[in-house]
Amino acid sequence: MAYPKDYKYTKEHEWIQVSGNTATVGITDHAQESLGDIVFVELPKVGAQLEAGKSFGTVESVKAVSELYAPASGKVVAINDALNQTPEDVNKDAHKAWMIKLELTNPSETNGLLSVDDYEKYVAEEK
Amino acid sequence: MHRQLGAKMVDFGGWDMPVEYPPSGGIMKEHLAVRTGVGMFDVSHMGDILMRGPEALAATQWISMNDASKLQENQAHYSALLYPEGTFVDDVIVHKLGQNDYLLVINAGTREKDHSWVRKNVNKFHCHADDVGDYYTQIAIQGPKAEATLQKLTNVDLSQIKNYWFKHGTVCGLANTMIARTGYTAEDGFEIYVPSDVPTSERVWKEVTDAGHEFGIVPCGLGARNTLRLEGRMALYGHEISDKINVWEAGLDRFCKMDKGDFVGRAALEKAKAAGLTRTLVGLEAVDRGIPRDDYKVFDESGREIGYVTSGSYAPFLKKNIALAYVPPEKSELGHELYVEIRGQKVKCKVVPTPFYKRAKKA
Repeated sequence: MAYPKDYKYTKEHEWIQVSGNTATVGITDHAQESLGDIVFVELPKVGAQLEAGKSFGTVESVKAVSELYAPASGKVVAINDALNQTPEDVNKDAHKAWMIKLELTNPSETNGLLSVDDYEKYVAEEK
Repeated sequence: MHRQLGAKMVDFGGWDMPVEYPPSGGIMKEHLAVRTGVGMFDVSHMGDILMRGPEALAATQWISMNDASKLQENQAHYSALLYPEGTFVDDVIVHKLGQNDYLLVINAGTREKDHSWVRKNVNKFHCHADDVGDYYTQIAIQGPKAEATLQKLTNVDLSQIKNYWFKHGTVCGLANTMIARTGYTAEDGFEIYVPSDVPTSERVWKEVTDAGHEFGIVPCGLGARNTLRLEGRMALYGHEISDKINVWEAGLDRFCKMDKGDFVGRAALEKAKAAGLTRTLVGLEAVDRGIPRDDYKVFDESGREIGYVTSGSYAPFLKKNIALAYVPPEKSELGHELYVEIRGQKVKCKVVPTPFYKRAKKA
């Protein structure tokens, strides 16, 4: 699956789509593929304050538990509740199945994240 | 071969084993295929110990807790090898091949330990205990369509093999192949033992794949094997059973025949029975959101730590979060509410009957 060009990526395999001072966050196709069948997603509460690089939730496949790391600092303004009922959406289309929306503390913080090209290279090396 | 099928591999007891086969759908699809159609597993990592000699029965009786004298030729049963303390060396399937021949099928991770333990304990009998695991590739064909799949490849009338019985016959052109109606999935199915050379193993694997094609057969890895056996409350060494856990705690009483005569572990088990249980294995189902997993702690309603999860997972067929756990007997009543700590949160669970899944009896 192609990685959207307008997203930024982390080495922990999250994606973030920034628009002004808000952003949408999910996990990458590579992450969902490595995890396998996703059966549980635990997200923070709306209003929670996240710190870049810190865990903000978990995603679980049948076999494994994996932490979610915030690509940027900010306040959670929305969570994708639908994932409680249909966590498999993440397997179907990881780049559409967003997890949280953030009001960014400092939008320039995301400049240091990986571009699509860098991320694809990174994933290729990891394989 | 499994890599060619796109399997994710893992080291398991020194074996390079497939966890799941993403191209065929992954653990979930593999699990459901076994419950509703048919799945196949390469379980060659299982070990095999052949007990042979005029005192093979006496030797088997001494090292295995079930009563092998009750077995007829071509019949098998579940049993366990015990330490003198009444705890587990391993669990086994004992097959009676003949008057003086018994085949013990054991776990991969414990193979060397088991074999040296068996050899040490049978040396007073006229019986050889040989590790013959390298001679066989063991393939498990499991699911309601397992019989229809395998029947295409053999001249043996599979409908005549009852659960936990076996026969020898031609499979994929290989004469004298052992076909056992056994498995580790809580589903109907067979395990076949074919010569372990690579060309033969690969050919049989492919023929089974082709025979099961019309039933949607999928190759299954250790991941699905684990969730399938968990739904069926089947023990896994190092989890529900170990050298720290005794037979009564594990709830395997019905496979332990105290009245058959002496055997390794019997005296300790008698004492343990008289002393009473301090913990027992129960089934848990999560009431609140969360997946109880291996080694998570269990608490009672007052917040006291009372036990731990031995195996826990999302159950793909039941679509519930389930676990097996050791708790004190007074907390083991059905319906009792307990709490499993998941990442610092106490998640409510209740004690439920096991096995979690039981296949429908044939009409």
